[in-house]
Amino acid sequence: MLSGFVLSQADGRPMYLQIIEQVRRRIAVGDWKAGELLPSIRQLAADLQVSVITVKRAYLELEREGLILTHHGKGSVVAARTDAATQVYEQELTTHLEQAAHLAGVLGISTREVQARLRDAIEQTKPAAVKP
Amino acid sequence: MNEFAVQLTGVGKDYRFFSLNDVRLEVPVGQIMGFIGPNGAGKSTTIRILMGLVHQDRGEVRVLGHSMPKKQAAAKRDIGFASEDMRLYGSSTLDWHMRFVRSVYPSWDESYAQTLLKRFDLRREQRITGMSHGQQVKAGLLLALARRPRLLILDEPTTGLDPVARHEVIRELTAVMQDDHRSILFSSHNTHDIEQISDQITFIDRGRIIDCRDKESFLDRWRRIRVELPGDVDVPALPGIIGVLQTGRLAVATTNAFDVSLPRAYEAAGIRVHAVENMTLEEIFVTNVHYSREGVAV
Repeated sequence: MLSGFVLSQADGRPMYLQIIEQVRRRIAVGDWKAGELLPSIRQLAADLQVSVITVKRAYLELEREGLILTHHGKGSVVAARTDAATQVYEQELTTHLEQAAHLAGVLGISTREVQARLRDAIEQTKPAAVKP
Repeated sequence: MNEFAVQLTGVGKDYRFFSLNDVRLEVPVGQIMGFIGPNGAGKSTTIRILMGLVHQDRGEVRVLGHSMPKKQAAAKRDIGFASEDMRLYGSSTLDWHMRFVRSVYPSWDESYAQTLLKRFDLRREQRITGMSHGQQVKAGLLLALARRPRLLILDEPTTGLDPVARHEVIRELTAVMQDDHRSILFSSHNTHDIEQISDQITFIDRGRIIDCRDKESFLDRWRRIRVELPGDVDVPALPGIIGVLQTGRLAVATTNAFDVSLPRAYEAAGIRVHAVENMTLEEIFVTNVHYSREGVAV
């Protein structure tokens, strides 16, 4: 299976995190379905031109999250679960909220104000049609 | 089979103005070891010792299970070596070199050699003297790679290459690792290349190994923590923090043993943590050399 992954050198995040995110996305959009075989660790490392240990680490984390299953000597497959996409977005939401909370702390913005601004942001993303 | 392709224990060598001391270097089979050091740190001397080109004064050297320098003839059958200062015969063509290496090593893979010629943008009929420095480096690598050796020892393989050529070389090295019986040791001061493809990393400075571990642990353990102090006080000393740079109420602490308990400990002391930053391998390397020269245990 060709991964079609492209890693960013300018992205501040470590390579293994970028790999995790791209695998999650492949699963979330349904390109990689439950039971499907993932590229082998060595194959993906060669494909992305990164070290074997980096891909190994990404796969270990994905296994811990329950998104993939690794059968020793047979490779890794996408776990049989239907809520994979939901779980991915759920995780992203948590990350963004944590970041928002952190930035609010740095800027010294009160919880009340953060809540108000979140409410505004939600209003703005609603489709224009429902606005009066 | 031996689990290490290269194993140096307590290796030393004395020269008049330089000595290599107590070098321990282990390259596990199936992995890439990046060997990083400043100029004159002892990288090339170490590599010459493990190739049997220089004999160590002390310590044990085993390469592919063979004791060096005694069993170097047996070991070298399976070692592909390329170094920046390796001399090819200037008046001969690349084709002549290819046929020569092919006649000596039965493992030579001609179709792979053809592929490499194309990827490295080299011409068989060209004489070595007519080649640019970069082309000569690539020619040396081609001759080593096409033998498909179990162990590749590359001294500064990407130094002096343009970005396109460097990329091709990196691609070939990672392609080699699809076979988990093969191993690579490569030295460089280009930490970027090493960060990308190495599984293990060893830092050497002034003839001594100053740090050595797998790459992911290196990147995981080193962090910069940016903090804001509550007033005119010093950053409290915490275990694992190897250096603090403080100006006014802002400070940057560097750690080589990061744990989430560190920023929490700052917060508990009333210090606000602004950011916890990852460090590149280059930053880690430079900081490591700096503190080791200052005598700080890192």
